[in-house]
Amino acid sequence: MADVQTLALAPPQPAPAAPRLGRLSAYFGTPGNTLVSVLSIAAIVFIAKLAFGWLVVDAVFSGNGETCKAASGACWPFVAQKLRYMLFGFYPYDEQWRPMLALLLLFAAFLLSMMPRFWSRGLLFAWILVVLPVLYILMAGGVFGLTPVATTSWGGLPLSFMLSFVGLTLAMPLGIVLALARASNLPAIRVLAVGFIEIVRGVPLISILFMATVMLPLFMPEGVTIDKLLRAQVAIILFASAYIAEIVRGGLQDVPAGQYEAGSSLGLHYWQVMRKIVLPQALKKVIPPMVGLFIGFFQDTTLVTIVGLVDFLDTVRSAIRDPQWQGIAVLEGYLVAAAVYFTFSALMGAYSRFLEKHFRTTHA
Amino acid sequence: MAFLHDMRFRAYFYQVVAIGVVILVGWTMFSTASGNLAKQNIATGFDFLSRPAGFVITEAAIAFEATDTVGRAILVGIANTVKVSLLAAIFGTLLGLAVGIARMSRNPLLARLALVYVELLRNVPLLLYLFLWYSLIILILPPVRQALNLLPGVYLSNSGLVVPAALVESGGSALLACLLGGAVAAFAIRRVSMRKRVATGRSNHGGLIATAAFVLPALLLWLAGGVGISWDFPTAGKFRLTGGLHVRPEFVALLFGLALSVSANVAEIVRAGIQAVNKGQWEAAAALGLARGKTMRLVVLPQALRIIIPPLTNTYLTVFKNSSLAIAIGYPDLVMVSNTVMNQTGQAIETIAIFMGVYLALSIAISLLMNWYNAHVALKER
Repeated sequence: MADVQTLALAPPQPAPAAPRLGRLSAYFGTPGNTLVSVLSIAAIVFIAKLAFGWLVVDAVFSGNGETCKAASGACWPFVAQKLRYMLFGFYPYDEQWRPMLALLLLFAAFLLSMMPRFWSRGLLFAWILVVLPVLYILMAGGVFGLTPVATTSWGGLPLSFMLSFVGLTLAMPLGIVLALARASNLPAIRVLAVGFIEIVRGVPLISILFMATVMLPLFMPEGVTIDKLLRAQVAIILFASAYIAEIVRGGLQDVPAGQYEAGSSLGLHYWQVMRKIVLPQALKKVIPPMVGLFIGFFQDTTLVTIVGLVDFLDTVRSAIRDPQWQGIAVLEGYLVAAAVYFTFSALMGAYSRFLEKHFRTTHA
Repeated sequence: MAFLHDMRFRAYFYQVVAIGVVILVGWTMFSTASGNLAKQNIATGFDFLSRPAGFVITEAAIAFEATDTVGRAILVGIANTVKVSLLAAIFGTLLGLAVGIARMSRNPLLARLALVYVELLRNVPLLLYLFLWYSLIILILPPVRQALNLLPGVYLSNSGLVVPAALVESGGSALLACLLGGAVAAFAIRRVSMRKRVATGRSNHGGLIATAAFVLPALLLWLAGGVGISWDFPTAGKFRLTGGLHVRPEFVALLFGLALSVSANVAEIVRAGIQAVNKGQWEAAAALGLARGKTMRLVVLPQALRIIIPPLTNTYLTVFKNSSLAIAIGYPDLVMVSNTVMNQTGQAIETIAIFMGVYLALSIAISLLMNWYNAHVALKER
């Protein structure tokens, strides 16, 4: 058969050589494409020139507010002088090594947790039982000869990181429980979970922060006051748990029903099936979307500045409003803040893409 | 004690315990709260809604005076929230569609530029952008005394943009009726012409006729002198501009920030949607002789739409909820008005309950609407 077919067809000819325009054709292949390229290059050159002029050529590298006012470029002395305040807020100046150390510790713990080989149930417990208490002791002091520092003087970058990291760590178990409750076959439990999740997801974070800061004190017995930072943290945990629950639910739905049935037929009861069979599979699948959620939450913690907590965005804003620099270094301040947020979010985004690739190759 | 191991008993037991705990916590909170409120002399109930508000709202989508009721003030807040989120969703979607398509461009420069745009917007908090846009407007534009007079009657300053306002003095309802009727007629004509076109395969001028049906009645009415419009030109006083339509910097900064954030999300969604369409569709369209632009518009985008709708719903819900960041820069949205009410009356519980309820209801409404649309465009399986 094959012979007949080849006879019937014209002899195979070598494909015509692809036009060796190479890479350039992608930019200047057609008139329309050329126009797009030229416009893009013009835009890039324009932006680069503007940025370089502002950041370097017209910038002030030493001096004070007066010299900055005279120049049209960036005001670097502002950044140099205010950086420490922006990072740590009103934390006692001599003790600022402590939030610095806490921040580094947090990064180290986080870096270790990012490696897939360390993922286990122990890791979550290690975070809750070791990392968080150590961080708290470092920041609050009062033991081991550390001067006590009230939470009202906590501020800056450590506060931003803690609100989001601690929030998400503690929201994780709650979110998992909520997801299990939503998938439960007990109607009352399911209704309660669905109600909580949908209400929290239907309202903005700011309203929950308002609830925690304005409304909650009304619900407390007289004489009982809860720290404002703690209240905001609890609000963030509750808020995050609803979103985590929805992500985990997706993971649970991805685990084939046969896994539940196999577990039950081995005589395991509900919690054993969940803990040993279903959750390990479900949670692994939801790690990439969880990282995406984390990026969002890291950015959302900026909202605590609206209810009067001194997070990183807030310290930057008060640095900008410092009478010495008022109206001079607005753009500088916001760009520093944007650079910090951008760096961490972009790194997390890159990590999320790494994970997706990792899971695709390791069939996990 | 055999019943302890009975699954049915356990199921009931757990549920009763869960409900009991919720009721107990709720009741404890309720009783402490009512005790506290009584002690602090804070009124309860929703009577405050019908009392005069006593504060001014700088920007109201519906008419509002300080003598109006608190309830109307909250209604203004809702209208402002809806206005800014709706506009942000529309502008953001259009911009995001363009950026998302640019992201898929075969020209690497354009694709990279679009990528940088998306990444810059997605990796920096929205609140930071809102502060930034707001302070840039305040900082760069001149104070109102030296307002830039761009066109006759158009002033730009750091207290906003003032343009002449068109006041419809007479025939307003007739105009509205003409526009509405025109829209219905245009919609019907387009449907009929579409059906004819599908049946015969020949193009007709349905679009043109539909546009004419929409515009002509209103135009004729106006030409016939059925509508009286007077222009309210702003006049520059010593300290402020009076008259005209005032677009405030808070609104502009919020709309700009929200629309940009929507556009970045929409761009990513559109890109993912287009990528999910089978490559064979492109090739088949090319084989039929369709140009790339037409392929995108007629073949790929309609299919991508099915993948795009559910995440798009989430984006719209997010922008609606994110509009609550208005309070940070002083745009009187629902949360900010509620906050003012809360400070005046001290009735935090009722006020927060109202605005949370409104957000919840509108969120559900948006979801339902988008789900209906999704079902409308979803693949009809036989």
